[in-house]
Amino acid sequence: MKRVHWKALLLRPQFFALAAVLLINWLLFPGFFDITLQDGRLFGSVIDVLNRGAPVAILAIGMTAVIATKGVDLSVGAVMAIAGAVAAVLVTGGASAVVAVAAALAVGVLCGLWNGVLVTYLEIQPIIATLVLMVAGRGLAQLVTEGSIVTFSDPVLIFIGTGAVLGMPMPIVIASVLAIGATLIVRKTALGLLIEAVGVNRSAARFAGISSGLLLMVVYTFAGFCAATSGLIVAGDIRGADANNAGLWLELDAILAVVIGGTSLLGGRFSIPMSVVGALIIQAMNTGILISGFSPEFNLVVKSGVIILILVLQAPMVAQSLRKRFTAERKA
Amino acid sequence: MSIIKKLALAAGVSALLSSAAYADLSGKVIGFSQIGSESGWRAAETSVTKSEAEKLGIDLKFADAQQKQENQIKAIRGFIAQGVAAILIAPVVATGWEEVLTEAKEANIPVILLDRGIDAPQDLYLTSVASDQVKEGRVAGEWLVGAVGDKDCKIVELQGTVGSSPAINRKQGFEEGIKDHANLSIIRSQTGDFTRAKGKEVMEGFLKAEDGGKGICAVYAHNDDMAVGAIQAIKDAGLKPGSDILVVSIDGVPDIFQAMVAGEANATVELTPNMAGPAFAALDAYLTDGTQPEKFIITESKLYTPADDAQGEYDRRKGLGY
Repeated sequence: MKRVHWKALLLRPQFFALAAVLLINWLLFPGFFDITLQDGRLFGSVIDVLNRGAPVAILAIGMTAVIATKGVDLSVGAVMAIAGAVAAVLVTGGASAVVAVAAALAVGVLCGLWNGVLVTYLEIQPIIATLVLMVAGRGLAQLVTEGSIVTFSDPVLIFIGTGAVLGMPMPIVIASVLAIGATLIVRKTALGLLIEAVGVNRSAARFAGISSGLLLMVVYTFAGFCAATSGLIVAGDIRGADANNAGLWLELDAILAVVIGGTSLLGGRFSIPMSVVGALIIQAMNTGILISGFSPEFNLVVKSGVIILILVLQAPMVAQSLRKRFTAERKA
Repeated sequence: MSIIKKLALAAGVSALLSSAAYADLSGKVIGFSQIGSESGWRAAETSVTKSEAEKLGIDLKFADAQQKQENQIKAIRGFIAQGVAAILIAPVVATGWEEVLTEAKEANIPVILLDRGIDAPQDLYLTSVASDQVKEGRVAGEWLVGAVGDKDCKIVELQGTVGSSPAINRKQGFEEGIKDHANLSIIRSQTGDFTRAKGKEVMEGFLKAEDGGKGICAVYAHNDDMAVGAIQAIKDAGLKPGSDILVVSIDGVPDIFQAMVAGEANATVELTPNMAGPAFAALDAYLTDGTQPEKFIITESKLYTPADDAQGEYDRRKGLGY
């Protein structure tokens, strides 16, 4: 029973896509899978894919929950900038790193609550409600940093972005913990089912006794928390808060990761691990472009071509016929 | 002549010059329509313009357009209505200026463009003060040629945003600077979008692709922020930026001087935030005796290395709002 389940999982088109992108990277650059130990941390292109993919993967975890309720959160990129700005300004002002991290996460949670209130109680369409913070949020971040890049040398904040635990870079560790934790919480309790119920039909879910308002608040808050975590990572990575650029357009990458992962934009069906795989596909592609030596004018063309291909492979019709052919060959 | 006498003479001449110039701007009202504050350099330009005006006793009316042309046009109409002596504009876009500049011309108010050009008849503005981005790239390239001498040097390039004019021009200028030297070659070139984060990520990729960075002799970044990101990537790879891999970039922001103090950056070409100084000088000559300035005043693209008092340059810049 378990074996069949795993096989079905691995036959998902996302894994084919990830394997294909990694294979192409390897063909372009034979040293792609080489991993060495450098200053006590793993060092190599595959590690780069995981490390650089972590911020979007973390955003995608929160985004998955939001999209599962038939919503969307466009503000996560701006929330990243705010969280980074708050942490950087606090530590440079003399606050301890613990206070700075806690404040940044708290601000992320507040931003999430704000989105939640707009969506749940004022019943504004999620795309509009979160657009407010997407636009205003970056301005807020710029206000906090007064328009300049606030650099810091606090070891704890830098550790979040560039440190390593047992050789594994921190961003990967944080993303893994969040992904596994969130997956266990939604799948080992009824929470996932409730989220799906709200996503399919909010009124029906309410009539069935689910407090859908509270649930929506929780998922938007969680998305804000995830965004703040990502914001701390990218700030720590460059040892500074760049309010103009931190998280810029990453909300779109996060939504793309969720979509590639097979979560329905219409709500009701979601998978956090597959969204993380989606984020890794995007980053594997980015890293591949960097090491391929193509001229940068082709970056977006290559990227969009690959994404179209992946989405076509995932289209129900194509996916089904592929699966049929694959299993038929196995039997023969 | 002794040094002291020379100095005294020089001081006297410059005092004479400065009192002769600018005599007419004191007390004048001049409008300044700024794009906004999208980058640290822009903020520095604003603060330098304000301090230059203060030095000359100019009553500067400052208008922040928040990246919108309609705000700039509104501000210019406001300046015309107030009857200012002159208008400085840092135009947010190149097109759509004919109408409002014609109004200024009819009101007999000279207009000076700062750091960006526009697509409009040249008689609509007195002059335009800007840097030469191709030259910036060329100065960076020529520095590298001198720094490596006859040795072979494989360069990786971090480009600005694809299609933006600084990226195109700074790339072209750098290539011109190294083209007569076969021992220098650009082996990889990618965009880092002018940001630290992307500069670091792209450099990580380059280092992996070039055998852990052993084949790379220098990195050329189209702006200092990307260079700062690249420096971190080089350190993460266990190499020494500044010696194992030379770092040359453009802009002259405070953080690159800090990197120079730490021995991690080798050269930067300054994009001066002082566009207003030459503008005021040209304006003063024009108002005094009608001297027509050159249509395009090019600011100096000065090269800085750690030998140029990097710590002092850092201290001078850090309060400017970069």
